[in-house]
Amino acid sequence: MTTARKGRRSRAKWPLRVLALGYVALLIILPVGTVFFRAFQHGIGTAWSAVTTPDAIHALMLTLLVVAVAVPLNTVFGVGVSLILARHRFPGAWLLDALVDIPLAISPVIIGLSLLLVYGKTGWFGNWLAARGIEVIFSVPGIIMASAAVSLPYVVREVLPVLQEIGDEQEQAAATLGAKPFTTFRRITLPSIRSGLAYGVTLTTARVLGEFGAVAVVSGDIAGHTQTMTLFISDSIGNLDPTAAYAGAVILALLALGVLAVLARRPEGRRRWQSRSDRSASDSELPLLSTTSA
Amino acid sequence: MTLVEGHLPAEPPDGLSVLSHSRATAGRVPRLALRALGPSLVVTYLSLLVLLPLAAVLDNAFQHGFSSFWQAVTQPEAVAALKLTFLCSLAVAIFNTLAGLVIAWVLVRDDFWGKEFVSAIIDLPFALPTIVAGLTLLALYGPDSPFGIDVAGTKIGIIFALAFVTLPFCVRSVQPVLAEIDRETEEAASSLGAGRLRVLMKIVLPSIAPGLLSGAGLAFARALGEFGSVVLISDNLPFKTEVASSWIFSLSQSDELSSAASVSVVLIASALVVLIVIRYLVSRFTVQDAP
Amino acid sequence: MATAVTTLLVGVPASGAATGGSVSLVAYSTPKPAYAALLTAFAATKAGKGVTFSQSYGPSGTQATAVAGGLPADVVNFSLSLDMNKVVKAGLVSSSWAKGPTKGMVTNSIVSFVVRKGNPKHITTWTGLVKSGVQVITPNPFSSGSAKWNLMAAYGSQIVQGKTPAQATSFLSKMLANTVAQPSSASTALQTFLSGQGDVLLDYEDDALYAKSQGEPVTVITPPQTILIQNPIAVTTHAANPTAAKAFVAYLLSPAGQKIWGQQGYRPVLPKVAAQFNFPKPKTLFSIQKLGGWTKVNKSFFTPTKGKVAQIEQKLGVSTASG
Repeated sequence: MTTARKGRRSRAKWPLRVLALGYVALLIILPVGTVFFRAFQHGIGTAWSAVTTPDAIHALMLTLLVVAVAVPLNTVFGVGVSLILARHRFPGAWLLDALVDIPLAISPVIIGLSLLLVYGKTGWFGNWLAARGIEVIFSVPGIIMASAAVSLPYVVREVLPVLQEIGDEQEQAAATLGAKPFTTFRRITLPSIRSGLAYGVTLTTARVLGEFGAVAVVSGDIAGHTQTMTLFISDSIGNLDPTAAYAGAVILALLALGVLAVLARRPEGRRRWQSRSDRSASDSELPLLSTTSA
Repeated sequence: MTLVEGHLPAEPPDGLSVLSHSRATAGRVPRLALRALGPSLVVTYLSLLVLLPLAAVLDNAFQHGFSSFWQAVTQPEAVAALKLTFLCSLAVAIFNTLAGLVIAWVLVRDDFWGKEFVSAIIDLPFALPTIVAGLTLLALYGPDSPFGIDVAGTKIGIIFALAFVTLPFCVRSVQPVLAEIDRETEEAASSLGAGRLRVLMKIVLPSIAPGLLSGAGLAFARALGEFGSVVLISDNLPFKTEVASSWIFSLSQSDELSSAASVSVVLIASALVVLIVIRYLVSRFTVQDAP
Repeated sequence: MATAVTTLLVGVPASGAATGGSVSLVAYSTPKPAYAALLTAFAATKAGKGVTFSQSYGPSGTQATAVAGGLPADVVNFSLSLDMNKVVKAGLVSSSWAKGPTKGMVTNSIVSFVVRKGNPKHITTWTGLVKSGVQVITPNPFSSGSAKWNLMAAYGSQIVQGKTPAQATSFLSKMLANTVAQPSSASTALQTFLSGQGDVLLDYEDDALYAKSQGEPVTVITPPQTILIQNPIAVTTHAANPTAAKAFVAYLLSPAGQKIWGQQGYRPVLPKVAAQFNFPKPKTLFSIQKLGGWTKVNKSFFTPTKGKVAQIEQKLGVSTASG
């Protein structure tokens, strides 16, 4: 690297940095900061007591339960769909790909209403479910379904491009050497999609934590039973209790940050090991796999 | 398979080949069932959560025939709301994709004090309930703005709110791909005399294009359906700042569920078209190894 | 912890094991603080001893749709009778719900003006709302029951002053031209007003009084002509615990219960109890009956496509929409 090029690079850094950070400050840091400010405006003690009422605690427990079920479901689904779309070609693949994103375009209220139309008392499966005593709508399973539906695409959208970018040479090498599919997945595919997967799971978790519209319709908002944290927050705003509302929002934000901190934790050494340059170095040791690509 | 003629491994000793062959036949039936299990589970999950509810919306939209669907969709307030929504969603998708690229670039390739903090908070707009997002944006950029920036009741305000809720994946859809790019190719091209722009266009862009386009597609789709965070700062005035999702909500609350479903179908269909176009563009960028 | 998780997963228990039983209350969002006081008081009575409650609050229309869609409810309390009709139509409330001594209503209120503290723009009458430069906030009438009350108060205020329906409609049009925000619900409308937008918010008096009691910098103005808001209540036909439910509603309609409503800012329906309070008396107080009753009014004014209000919005939008 010549000094000239290094100089050129560092000069180009600053405008970009200012642009990016300025935008993030305006759009994210300020609003999030306002939430924290308003939560603790009247003291930490007030904020604490506002979110430790029985209803608030139950809302938090319910939200955590929903996250604990919806996020793993969407993660498994997301990785599965990504593998199918990245490694196989079949007619209609493009449709599957687009359908995964569709829940986003449906207004959350309509998602909620559509779940009612299918699983509600007067819905398509209404009688079938009632006959078996299964409560979906206005009960926890409905909340989980609504939350999973609105956060469906994120793992797919994070993992699929990464799978497509890295290609499947290593997986094929492993297969040729006799590795079973699950071993290949566990030891080769999974580590390489780790960063995409981490972001996907974090986005999914964050989305489930913050979901309101669809859950409002399918839950019935019964305090202490089917009231999630977002419903608690919304009700608190309606009752002119901003401290409870913003303190609740702070909890959700901290949870999202916590999930990211846990998932994105990666020692620098291992990361380097994953980079493309090292992989092509190991490729050259296997004469079996000289590819035809340039 | 990318094996090239002449590089095939030598035949293993007979005994081993018999072993591997019999292992193959013995495991074929359960393995086939296992291979079918994945896709069928995926399709079932998708059906329960998305396809069936989607079908219910379609069914509801056309409940009273095509003419009532058409009436609901061409009604002046619906048209005004849809126009506004498409305009703002398109603007946000383009703008935030570029912004997301710049931010992802800075997060992956740059290093500065506080970088980890910035990277961590990118996801927070997702975690905040939409009403909190809406109220905070209104407080910061509405009539009581501490900076004197008042965009309440304007299209800018709507785009701002939409940008807030779509930025996370505009950044995250590019970030992991950017991180996985083979820097050696870039550096090789650079040392051979290629200018920075050329390196960007010819090497980096094709690699991140799938991520970029995915992010744009998702941003557009989410912007189409967004309600809670937009409705406060937009002031929700019919024919002026009322977005489609708000009109849909009004219809559903006025016992006109079929009309609400009809307008929703328009949003869903347009999102589908855009997403399919994006898939097509992505497939042209991606080097797919044939199975 | 395991029991808590199981309870969460299994759903709302239909009837409690407590001696008094469990009652599910589904109501519109405004009276939540009032019910906090009422439930405590009810628990101290003989009939209320040991009765546990599950509560759900939300926009009136949404709650009605939810109950019709299967949300468990023993007692329902909405902000206008239109929403009660939704539930009656679904067969969950008897069609004779309005036949009691209070005609099925549990509380009264009126439409008030909420202005900035001290009323800097001196808005005291409906004419003030159509003056140039005055910014009005009212929820969107197609998604909010509160907005329907607001608009009919505006329309009715002209009728009772002797104007013709055409003139009253024209007044409504002028007022909507001055409207700078139509949030989707009454509670978001209040939030919009409190965040600095608009000069006057149209709202229920009880909601406005509550905001004032919470220290918000507002003044509540009683317009000289305004509509009587009546909030219906009923016990559902499939109530899991009809005895406790009926006892609860009876308490809410009793002098003791009505007194608590009054203290919470709601005008009692019992005249004797109402007389104990000092609610402002508007010059002319009219009810929705004067304008034809909710069913007729809803059809002619609030049909999303052909109603009078929709047509006014369309004319305003076409003339001032920027594309």
